Amino acid sequence: MSKKGEKMNNETLKKIFLPLIVLALIIQFWSGVAKIVEDFPTPSDTYVAAFGGVNAEGDEIEGVLADPFYIENQDDMGLAWQILESLKRVFGGFTLAILVGVPVGLLIGMSKNAQYALDPFIQIFKPVSPLAWLPLLLFIFQDITLTAISTIFITSIWPIIINTALGVRSVNDDYMNVAKVLRFTPMEKVVQIILPVAVPFIFTGMRLSLGIAWLVIVAAEMLTGGIGIGFWVWDEYNNLNYANIIIGIILIGLVGFFLDLIMGKIADFFDYRVKGGA
Amino acid sequence: MSNKFLSLEKIEKRFPIPGKEDYVAVVDVDLEIKKNEIISIIGHSGCGKSTLLNMISGLDSQSEGVIILEGKEVKGPGPDRAVVFQNHSLLPWLTVYENIEMAVKKVMPDLTSSELRARVEKFVSMVNLDHAKDKKPDEISGGMKQRVGIARALSISPKVLLMDEPFGALDSLTRANLQEHLMRIQQKAQNTVIIITHDIDEAVLLSDRVIMMTNGPSATIGEILEVNLPRPRNRVELQSDPEYTRCREAILSFLYEKFAKDDE
Repeated sequence: MSKKGEKMNNETLKKIFLPLIVLALIIQFWSGVAKIVEDFPTPSDTYVAAFGGVNAEGDEIEGVLADPFYIENQDDMGLAWQILESLKRVFGGFTLAILVGVPVGLLIGMSKNAQYALDPFIQIFKPVSPLAWLPLLLFIFQDITLTAISTIFITSIWPIIINTALGVRSVNDDYMNVAKVLRFTPMEKVVQIILPVAVPFIFTGMRLSLGIAWLVIVAAEMLTGGIGIGFWVWDEYNNLNYANIIIGIILIGLVGFFLDLIMGKIADFFDYRVKGGA
Repeated sequence: MSNKFLSLEKIEKRFPIPGKEDYVAVVDVDLEIKKNEIISIIGHSGCGKSTLLNMISGLDSQSEGVIILEGKEVKGPGPDRAVVFQNHSLLPWLTVYENIEMAVKKVMPDLTSSELRARVEKFVSMVNLDHAKDKKPDEISGGMKQRVGIARALSISPKVLLMDEPFGALDSLTRANLQEHLMRIQQKAQNTVIIITHDIDEAVLLSDRVIMMTNGPSATIGEILEVNLPRPRNRVELQSDPEYTRCREAILSFLYEKFAKDDE
């Protein structure tokens, strides 16, 4: 027992210290780059830009993370508002993608004809970059938010459709035979047999889709402008605040990481194969 | 009428092969099964015995001939012909109790909730799984899963119980245990049962009649053996019973002399 405990502790220590070593290496490398590239912010410049303090020029400045909830005016708001605005768009597009993608995926999974009819178009549209959709959608909607939402919708719907269809197709023939012997109606088949099997697949699709949505929003906002974390990063580039770009990258990464973590937990909850799930 | 509970008349099953002549799996199968009779269908693999069972269950359809159950032609699957599948086919996201409940609920929608509970409990008890009723299929043994499969099939009061190599995937001790279970259940509730098997001892032990199939393609019924052993049967005592020995030898000689099959 104590031996097992020791081993566990050892693992935990490794999980904490090994990443710290890599972090130290990254900061070393970063400092090296900052020496070579002119005006590239050093790690300490970036720290000051984030949390405030005295910068390299000896000026006392307030960090961008010091007051993330400030509202100066419509065009000047704290970082938290920028991220929140981006998240709103992401969830708008993502929700639409689920509402359309799941039924379409169910249809394709259950009907060979639907699969034959739709598969070529899925294969063609799936690899199209969000940046290619953007001008067309901007032209249609003439509105930043609607354009961002619809771009996310159209680029994040594919993994939901594909995984839902895959889930439906992975329903064991034996389960369907049980349903046939019991004379289930088509609706009962969907609710009692197909959905329980397909739900874990659907959530895998949703997880991939949310990841794409978060990637897309940053790119979309850079082009559409206005508000949002993507626009903020681009704006900082135009303002020559290079340290803030690095802060933006780290924030985007952290938010993406938490989105995936939450989605993973929700997926586990609905997966009958994971013990303790619903 | 009472003798003609379930009848198969001139059953034939062909599978089309593109560009070639149809593959004839079974042909000219005529069989009459009495109410409360237990019959086994035995034969080498590829003799079409599972195909035959699937046609009776309605999961597959015959190319020629008719199947008549209590004066009505069988068309498509239905709860009057419950199937116990070889791999149990329990829904893995439902507990033992819920798996049975799902079937009873669908087939007997008029039951009140207390009647429903009583009925499900009764069939859980019938296969001695009260202690495991809230477990998921992944948490119980293969033999227990198959018992749930049997309970689920019987819970909907089928006219015929169809078992497709029900114990084939289990080890021999578990198989013997389940055969005892099945015989005990039969002792109380006389079901009409058709069992597909490739186990000679199982066929003799369980059945009133053993249907022996010739080899495919174009398989058909070769011989029918009456097993005149009194019930309840005891597997240990049977070993020295001359009737048991006679039945075993008849099947052995059919399978390994008259219709021997080389390994492929």
